[in-house]
Amino acid sequence: MTAPLDLIVLGAGPAGAAAALKARALGLSVALIDEAPEPGGQVYRAPSAGLVGAPAEADRVKGDELRARLKASGASLHLNQRVWSLTAGFSVIAIGPDGPLTLEAPNLIVAPGAVERPIPVSGWTLPGVIGLAGATVLLKSHGVLPGRRVVVAGSGPLLLLVASKIVAAGGEVAAVVDAAPRASWFGRLGAMAARPDLMAKGGRWLLQLLKARVPLHSGAAIRAIHGRDGVASVEIGPVDAHWRPTPGPARAIEADAVCLGFGLLPSTEITRLLGARHRYEPELGGWLPEVGASLETSVPGLFVAGDGGGVRGADAAPLSGELAAIGVARRLGHSGDLEQQAIAVTARWRRSARFGAAMSALAMPPPGAVAMIGAQTTVCRCEGLTRATLDTAIAAGAWTLADLKAATRCGMGPCGGRVCGEAAAMLIEAATGLSREAIGQPSARPPLRPVPLAAIAGDFAYDDLPIPAPAPL
Amino acid sequence: MSGDLHIGAAGVWRRKVSFSFDGEQLNAYEGETLAAALYAQGRRTLRISRDDDGPRGAFCFMGICQECVVLIDGRQTEACRTPVREGLVAERLR
Repeated sequence: MTAPLDLIVLGAGPAGAAAALKARALGLSVALIDEAPEPGGQVYRAPSAGLVGAPAEADRVKGDELRARLKASGASLHLNQRVWSLTAGFSVIAIGPDGPLTLEAPNLIVAPGAVERPIPVSGWTLPGVIGLAGATVLLKSHGVLPGRRVVVAGSGPLLLLVASKIVAAGGEVAAVVDAAPRASWFGRLGAMAARPDLMAKGGRWLLQLLKARVPLHSGAAIRAIHGRDGVASVEIGPVDAHWRPTPGPARAIEADAVCLGFGLLPSTEITRLLGARHRYEPELGGWLPEVGASLETSVPGLFVAGDGGGVRGADAAPLSGELAAIGVARRLGHSGDLEQQAIAVTARWRRSARFGAAMSALAMPPPGAVAMIGAQTTVCRCEGLTRATLDTAIAAGAWTLADLKAATRCGMGPCGGRVCGEAAAMLIEAATGLSREAIGQPSARPPLRPVPLAAIAGDFAYDDLPIPAPAPL
Repeated sequence: MSGDLHIGAAGVWRRKVSFSFDGEQLNAYEGETLAAALYAQGRRTLRISRDDDGPRGAFCFMGICQECVVLIDGRQTEACRTPVREGLVAERLR
């Protein structure tokens, strides 16, 4: 490193990018680090480098503007960097195309975003079943349809986004299957009215689907996905208000792909690794770090912005990034009108957050949704564990995620429990009636991502190994 | 599942590169990830599960689920984080 940094921002999505830009505007020296080859996060994801002349959709244009501003901002950008460990104080340890990288600064804003919450259903391990968020990657970054005839299933606003993108790209959506009853969308209208512009966006997606005569099923869920080498058909049926399958009539839909997801949960592995205090708040997606007014966590100097602090959406995210950057500047002793700025940004953030949080709550499965998972359904894909196997271990006393992992290896595979952790917690909740606080979170330990040992160790010969001087006798 | 899933109106791809997957010669657009290139061409099965002998394929496309891990140059690598380059040789895990 050439000059000491005031701040490291981890994650270059809408929240992290705004945090870095604001911090630069306030005169701080900033490094911004991200796993992707270009800034933008999931929402403003850059199209693949080989794709030129992609249509100028609103998200594309906004993303390109953001990328241009970041490159001109004077923040040092570290892209394609996979952060696999962090230490307090703060060191961010990553591996990138040019080898290992360590950044150090007294302040850290984490903007890790959210991950998708899958609920395992029979047949979800078949090739051609992909996450809703994964579908947006295929569509936005690669210009690839998830399938010729696609069932889009789960809950929340991503259903409409993905389905409308497929239709717009010339694909066929065989059905949109939303577990939430239609009434729960209407129940959120009050909060949605806080942002009529965003509500109109959702309305346009819906209109597009209606025009294409896409069947929309509310209060329904996938019973099973069938196929031998990949998806061939999907069986759907009604669910009750708690999203439990009911005896109503099932129907079979021919399809070659399924996009599946039940909302987003905050990505908390970094704040957990650094020892911040967390609480469980289902309305915002689940576990999230506790923060004060300036979005500083219980660890001094560690701030959290965007969906990683509670799923409030891409519109609220930049405002929380700005707020965190102002907090860092104040912590560094900068003065001026920072307090007034913080008050103004907070007011705007609250307004946007209200809409985002309503969307997040709409996607959040109630505990009853665990009934969608059949006894023989694979829950932990890495270790090949079915619900029946996990239920047996839970019945034998594995009442926390840590116990369940010790008993069955659930969450011990290469995904680190990021795909199965929520479903496993739902199973313990259903069997024991324990609170999520009692069930706990998956443990966060380095390496946070799989990294090749050789890349970390670097090149050395046996003779290069330092041999400590013998201790005096 | 047939044909190519690349969307015509998505944009113009610069050029094609060739690569091999389990010995089969395939083309991809330069810059797209191996996971997207294989998926778009109907090569969706990336491994066979040792647990239930069932086929598995990419799920998250963002480096989380590890379902798209294949062997590239003898090293286990996520196909969703690997842009295809000319002459790339990838194999399914055994």
